[in-house]
This record gives sequence, structure tokens and C-alpha cells, in this order.
Amino acid sequence: MTPNTSDGSAVGAGTRRRSALAALLRRRPSTRVMPYIFSAPYAILMIAFGLLPALYALYLSFTKKDGSGFAGVENYTNVMTDFRFVPAVEHVSFYIAIWLVSLIVLVTFLALVVHSLGIKRVRTGLRTIFYLPGALAGASSVLLWLFLLDPTASPVKWVLKFLGMNSFLEVVQPSHMPLIFAIVAFWAGAGGWIVIMYGALNNISDEVMEAARIDGAGPIQLALKIQIPMIRKWITYMVIISLATGVQLFVEPQFLSQATTAVIPNDYSLNQLAYQYAFKQNDFHGASAISILLLVVALALSSIFVARGGLFDKE
Amino acid sequence: MYGNPHARSPRVRAGLLGGAAAMSLVLALSGCSSDNATTTPAPSDTTMAGPPADNGKPITVWVDSDRQAAADAYTAAYPNDPVTVEVYDGGANGSGTFRTKMQLFDQAGSGWPDVVFSTQNNDAAWASQSQGGKDPYAAVLNNGLIPDSTLSGFAQGALDPCTVDGKVYCLRNDLAQDVLWYNKSLMDQFGYDLPTTWEEYQALGDKVATEHPGYIIGAQGDAFTPEIYFWSGKCEANHITGATSVTVNTDSTECKRVASMLDDLLANGTVPNISVFSPEFVQTYTDKVLMMPGPAWYGGALFQNPDNVNTPAGQMAVAAPLPWAGEDAVTGDVGGATWFISSHSENPGLAAKFATFVTTADDYQVDLAPGFPAFKAAEDKWLTKQDASGYYAESLQPLVDAGGMIWSGWGSGIFSQEAIWAKVMTPGVTAGKKLVDLLPDWQKAISDQAKVDGYTVN
Repeated sequence: MTPNTSDGSAVGAGTRRRSALAALLRRRPSTRVMPYIFSAPYAILMIAFGLLPALYALYLSFTKKDGSGFAGVENYTNVMTDFRFVPAVEHVSFYIAIWLVSLIVLVTFLALVVHSLGIKRVRTGLRTIFYLPGALAGASSVLLWLFLLDPTASPVKWVLKFLGMNSFLEVVQPSHMPLIFAIVAFWAGAGGWIVIMYGALNNISDEVMEAARIDGAGPIQLALKIQIPMIRKWITYMVIISLATGVQLFVEPQFLSQATTAVIPNDYSLNQLAYQYAFKQNDFHGASAISILLLVVALALSSIFVARGGLFDKE
Repeated sequence: MYGNPHARSPRVRAGLLGGAAAMSLVLALSGCSSDNATTTPAPSDTTMAGPPADNGKPITVWVDSDRQAAADAYTAAYPNDPVTVEVYDGGANGSGTFRTKMQLFDQAGSGWPDVVFSTQNNDAAWASQSQGGKDPYAAVLNNGLIPDSTLSGFAQGALDPCTVDGKVYCLRNDLAQDVLWYNKSLMDQFGYDLPTTWEEYQALGDKVATEHPGYIIGAQGDAFTPEIYFWSGKCEANHITGATSVTVNTDSTECKRVASMLDDLLANGTVPNISVFSPEFVQTYTDKVLMMPGPAWYGGALFQNPDNVNTPAGQMAVAAPLPWAGEDAVTGDVGGATWFISSHSENPGLAAKFATFVTTADDYQVDLAPGFPAFKAAEDKWLTKQDASGYYAESLQPLVDAGGMIWSGWGSGIFSQEAIWAKVMTPGVTAGKKLVDLLPDWQKAISDQAKVDGYTVN
């Protein structure tokens, strides 16, 4: 979604390289301009397609629908008192809560397990298998799950029947949806994070691990006292990125809404509601208000995670 | 969404901002202006002397995949006309694609297709209205663009969903009046008489449940369930009384009698909560459909369709819509597609010629169309053709009669009754609630949605 920065060196081995680069720059002042040239394309695109539209949305959200000037918080109160707003907030909150907790617990656990396996080929094989579903984009993974979740077509229909669900309509009941979306998201996204966590675990120096082992730490103590604390920043990073994508839930419910002929409503998530405002009600101001609210909430939550997770602490 | 995390920047703030920005980007790229969203009345008539001539400029036509046959028929008949055909989803299942795209073209100020096919019959509600100072998308047809002689050739009431304040904004592709489809062979075999009222229908359902369990006399899992059962029960859930006013009252005897009938027949399994277009339906009920109240197009979409229940020839027949005891029979309408001509078209002559061809010419409406034609002359020939085909056990004449029985207390508003039903009622029923108890929720959902779309609710 966002283009990468050239500066990918926030953690670990990159620091050494950066100080080497800094030394190089001190020696040759003429190359000081190079970082700016390298980062300029990103900065320009970021301003053109990130910052300016966000500012425009901010502007729209505070102006009146008929173009007659400053609207105060009218657009905000309009969308927040909309009968679809609170249900959408609930849907997205439940989904994010389930998804984030399962990401933190399961991804960390699986990464630790894979990392501790003795045979290299098994480790590599497992990482590849975990990663595979991530190759499917959002919509196509939903398509695949449509088959899995339909008791008449599913290869695992016995699981659905065991859980008392005999028809597709029984599977896609509103109360099931946050869990289903979380499972789909976990299935598609967790593999990539497991690979990243695995890399982070590799980054812990053998001396530290060895010292702990000599002191008598078993695998569980190693994980709890050494490994998890040392990859804490990576876990925080995962949570923040996932939070940012989670609040933007759109493709999956939109697609399911089509597939279930609207039993999953087309205003299920906040982003869908914004879409309804913009393209069904022709109210771009209300849509902007929702997107600004999403931004504020995501920023606020991320700030908490950044502060608690020590993401920006210097090592 | 949750794409490859490797590809993400570790710059958290940038990532977040980018996320929100992507959404704003959509808004910006669509060229959102701040002068939109005010709905003003349609501009006054511009009187035209007669149908405009084809000026030779090319036109673009949007059809859904099923109606590609109509466009092909046109191209076969007039190979030299500069017509570009584009396929879209027809606005089906509440996707709203037609409206969404036209609003984007409104924002852009260009790009409107000249003729659009829509599977929905309520698009005139928005297409006749000006958005953000732009002309309404739909051209007025009854001021000379389509000759009155053509317009008067449509079946009685067929153009009602296209008409706003006396102006006709679209041509009807097909009629979708509800009738009672039944399997004559099965009815004879079981020794049942056709019900003549909804009360008898319900009683027969109870009988089927005990004597022939597994057979069904209807289905209530589709979003258009209210248009089959509640519309013909004169339930005032969707009484559009003006361009922006609607009366909603689901607390009436009319609504309650329909709801309790469906509750009873759901409980005994003869009208299950299942969509007739689901694989489950085909798997479970292929040989088990005894009766099926539903629109005219069920004939081609369900019974004479190898992908659905595919009933063998000589079994299915049609009966007139059922009345409630002591009342006159009325019926509802499930869709009945429409063709629009753009008010922005640079070649209205050719656009009108195309729209007239696909709705009235035998080449499509009689020879190819699966649904019941809205154009009277095509209708009679279509009927003769169907009767001659020998597929149906009896004449389809009740279809024609039903066309004139559509209850006018149910209108075509901007909001989708089907989406509301699917969102509120279908999950409720799936969770084991009774329709009778859900009626207040339905009322609230319709009122809420109508208000959001700018309606005054009574």
C-alpha cells in the first residue's frame, strides 16, 4: 500500500551499517545530498497520494455538503448518530480484538516452535507452508473460504456439521462474522509474520542463548525470559501494522455481502459505511468524516502500543 | 488487506498515514467536489418535435452477461451501427454498480454510457434526480425521444416503476409478476387440488408436511421474499407515496397474516429458509418442488434450467396469484429489468433505436429472452412460443392475467428492500426467531434506511 522507505534499518544489524555509512558521509561531504535524492521519490509520492488526500479529507469533513462553508462537527455528528455506525464499530472492534490476540499468541508461539526444531529442512518447509496462504490477495482468499464455509460444498463439511451448522446461512450468522474474518485474516497473514519473527529470533545472539542454557534455562524459560523480551519490538510492530489494516476491513465483508446477497450487509465495517456515504448517498463529506475518525483511532491506539512496546527506544 | 508484511515499511507512522491516506485517495481520485449531494427536482421538459435522427456518432451500451444476447441480436440486425457493448454486473443483488458508476461519471463530467441495462426496477428513483447540479442521468423518454405509439405498446403498469412525476425514464425489459408455479404431475399424483386462497395454500402445506415430508411448496431464504409473499399480502412495508416520502407500517393484520403463515410453513418444513439459487436448494429439492410462488422468470431461471432444479418437460404449470380469503387477488413483482437512455448521449437517436429494439423487437424479446416480455406485442408471441414448445403442462395464460394484478401499495424507492430484508430478517429467521416477532425490527430497519436516503417516513 505504502511504498517502502529507503531507510529500512531501524533494527538490528542495520545500525552497524548505518554508522559505517555515516562515517563515509563525514569523509565525503559532497555525497550528503544523496540520501535526499534517494528518498525524494518516496517523499513526493507520499505527499501526493498520502498526505494531501488526507488533508483534503480533513477539509471535506469540516465543510458543508452543499458547499456553503465551515460545518463544524456536523458531518461527524451525522455519521456517529447514523444507525449503522455503532454496529459497524462493534463489528470492527470484535474482529480486531480476536485477530490481534490470536496473532500475538499464535504467531509468537509458532515462530518459537519452528525456531527450536532441530532439522533445518523441516524448519524451512514449515516456514514455506505457513507463508503460502499469504500469496493469495484478500478477495481470492475470501473466495476460497466461501467454499470452505458452505456446508454443501466444503471439504471439511463434517466440522461445520459437528458445530451444528447445516446451511450456509447458519454459518454466516452475524455473530459468527468477526471470528470468521479473523480466521481468514490470520490464515492469510500470519505466515508472513511467522517468517519475520523467525528472523527476529535468529537475531538473538548465540552467546546470550548459550549463557542462559548454561545457567540451566529450559526451552520454556528461554522463550519467556530471553526470546520474547528480545523480540518485543517486533511483536509491537506486528500489532501496529495489523491494527492499521484491521480498522480498514473492507474487501472481505464487501465480497461476502455480494456472495450472500446482502445477508452480510454492505455496511458491515466502517470503511464500507464510508463507501456507502461516498458512493450511495453521494456524501463525500460524511465519508471523509468516517475516514478521519478511523485515522484518529488508529493513531491513538498505535501511540499506546508504540509507547508500551518501546518501539522507538534506542538500543 | 493483510498482504505480505515483508512489503511493509517499518516506518509505523508512515504506514498508518498511508493506510488512511489510501482511503482518502479514493475520495480524491473520484474528484469529490463539495457541491454535491443536494437533490433538486428534475429540470423542466424540453419539448422535442419527434424522435431525433441518428447522427452517426458511436454509442456505448452497458448490459449484464445475460443481456449480451440482446446486444448481439442488435448487432446482427444492424451490423453497421457503431455500438460498443460493455458487460457489467447489471446492478444485481444490491451491488448498486449502475448508480455508483454514474455518480462517478457525474463527478468526472464525462464518460456516461448511452444506454444501460439494469436488473433492478427501482433505478428511476435516483436516475430521474439531479445530483450535484448535474443533469439527471436518465433521459426523459415520453417527450418525443421514444414515440408515444411505442410507449403505449407496453403492458399496462409495466412502465410504472420507470415513471416519476408523470415522466417516463426507462423502458421495461421484462415483467416479473409473481404467480403460483406448481408441478402438475406431482399434484395429480398426490391427489391435491390447487389452492385458491393463501389460507388453502397454508392448509395444503400442513398436509404435505405430514403426508409427503420433504416436498416443498415455496422458499423464503431469498432477499426478495417480501416481494413474493408480503407484497401480495398487501403489507404496507414499502408504500412510496412521493419522490421522497414513504409510508411504512408492518404492524398491520396484512403483514402479520403473511408472517405467521411463513412461520408455520417454515416450522413444518414446506417453505424452508433457503435461497432458490443456492447449491443446497438444487441438491436437496430438485425433485421435491410441489409448488413455488414466485416471479414470471422462475420458469426459465429455476424449472427450465439445467443448472437449477431442471424439471422435466410436461410437468410445470402456472396458476394465477392467490388472494387472501374474501379479498381480490393482487400480486407483487420481483425485479423486472429496465433499460435507460443517457441524457448526456451525443447520439440520442441511435440510443433510442437500440433501446427500442431490445425491448420490442421479436429478434430478442420473442426469440431469445428468457423472461416474460414487457412489450405487449412481443408478450403474445412469446407466450405462443412457450405454449408451442410443450415444456409447460398447461398454458401460461395466468402469467398475462397476473401482469395486471400488481398491487400499487408497494413502490420503487431508492433504497433496496431486498438488502434490508437480507440484513435484518434472514439472519433473524436463521437464528430461530419468528417472522411475526421480527416485524417491528423490519419496520425500524426500513424506516432507518429510508431516512438515511432522504425520505420522510410516515
